Amino acid sequence: MSAASVSPGLRRLVFWSGIAALCAWVIVPIYLIGLGAFGGRTGVFRWPKNLLPWDATLSAMQTFLAVEGVWAAALNGALVACLTMIFSLLLGAPAGYALARYTFAGQNAFRMLVVLTRAFPLAILALPLTVTFIRTGLYDTAIGVALIHTALALPFAALVSSSLFMGIPKELEEAAWVFGCTGFQAFRKVVLPLALPGLAAAAIFAFVISWNEVFAASVLTVRNKTLTAYLLTVLAESPLHFRFAGGFLLILPSIVFIFAVRKYLFAMWGIANR
Amino acid sequence: MTKTRIMPYLLIAPATVFLLALFVVPLVQTIALAFTDNGAASLTNFRKMAGDLNFGLSLRNTFLLVLAVIPLQLCLALMMAMMVQKLEKGRDLVLWILIIPLGISDLAAGLVWLTILQDRGYFNTVLNMLGLVDGPVNWLSYEAPLSLFVGVVLAEMWRATAIVLVILIAGLQLIPKEYSEAAEVFGAGAWTRFRKITLPLLKPSIQSALILRTVLAFEVFAVVYALSGRNFPVLVGEAYAWQHVNQNNGVAAAYAILVMVISLAATVIYIKALRTKPEMNP
Repeated sequence: MSAASVSPGLRRLVFWSGIAALCAWVIVPIYLIGLGAFGGRTGVFRWPKNLLPWDATLSAMQTFLAVEGVWAAALNGALVACLTMIFSLLLGAPAGYALARYTFAGQNAFRMLVVLTRAFPLAILALPLTVTFIRTGLYDTAIGVALIHTALALPFAALVSSSLFMGIPKELEEAAWVFGCTGFQAFRKVVLPLALPGLAAAAIFAFVISWNEVFAASVLTVRNKTLTAYLLTVLAESPLHFRFAGGFLLILPSIVFIFAVRKYLFAMWGIANR
Repeated sequence: MTKTRIMPYLLIAPATVFLLALFVVPLVQTIALAFTDNGAASLTNFRKMAGDLNFGLSLRNTFLLVLAVIPLQLCLALMMAMMVQKLEKGRDLVLWILIIPLGISDLAAGLVWLTILQDRGYFNTVLNMLGLVDGPVNWLSYEAPLSLFVGVVLAEMWRATAIVLVILIAGLQLIPKEYSEAAEVFGAGAWTRFRKITLPLLKPSIQSALILRTVLAFEVFAVVYALSGRNFPVLVGEAYAWQHVNQNNGVAAAYAILVMVISLAATVIYIKALRTKPEMNP
């Protein structure tokens, strides 16, 4: 009965302060790296620091973007991430469709293979790939990095799309057959439009996985680094305000993308973990 | 109906071939690389790995990090999830804010906490305002292993709690409200309901969150590197250094095998320890 004796007003106050504290725990550090990124050299060496953005200038960020290699790395990172997105969807969605619509021998073995990848530190397995990639000419290319990133994103894409297709009644497809559509037409005109938002969310998540991955991307490239890999390599010798600008630039697309797929994330994870 | 018999295999063939080529083959290659020396089977790489000065340290550090981060993270995520469930207004906004770190890379998270914890950073500024320190204090140096460790734990908790939260919320949505309501009718308090109903029903979600997070936590590397360089050696950081600095991919592969064996062992332990009977699923 002790909980009931506390007034509801006070309980609500405690509850909302808790929520505010949790939100601040996430947001304040992002605000602070923003200050670091736009504060430039003067901001970084100021002591004690301003907690308000008085040092912030756009020129600090411009200086960083003008550094040789930064733009190229950002573009290359985006290219790798887009390729990963395409590969993982092109390979994963058909597999997901098969898992959802057919019963076939070896179904469980395939599902096992997909789920098993999660218990392995996949990115580290990029180590021996350096040799194979050098031999096949994939070393230091966007496609090479995208391939290993696809291995990370594909299991997720397959499981998510399988449950998306499961959620679309088979009867709709069968009705389209009755009206004279071929199997592929029925898929394209009936199933695909319904599954599209979910597939887009899975694709964007593949983008984020690739954009953020650092180990494989650094091991498999020399000149054509992704932004994350580039920052890791130059980290030790770059001044603090460069590191902060780089960190901020890494975070920016992620925030936008998570915002774009926020509605689907919970459904996707709920499904992917069954 | 041969067409429907062949169709599923045609659909899974590309993904299967791909996973064989980029998961199974590298896996076998890594094992081969680690257990050979100049083409002959040997344990030289493992001997070199174990003989390295940083080996014991990195093994210890990685385990300490996992042991500290994972339980704290689970508690934090459970707390977040339970609070968010109670929200009526603004639930979507709060949830979005809490899952922002899901999209943030470990390297970026390390850099974020570097702005806060560096000697002229915001943490020291606040301490200074409160009159607790006179000038910049270096929390991330080699001589301050404890504060360096706490810094890495904070950065890891900040970054990776979001994924646990997402999995837990997805799981919570599957639990029918009626169970909890029934318990309330019979006089169970909030804590009892959480412990006796929510937690057991959430076990499958907790299990998959723990497996996913632990495997990733043993791969920790860029956060640590961003915060402290090689002042705080961890296993994957050593693998990276052997590959890049020492140009010895045999020893790097040996580290990879070690990380893999540890990850698999952790997965098996979770599966055994958190086994649920199918009829207990919501």
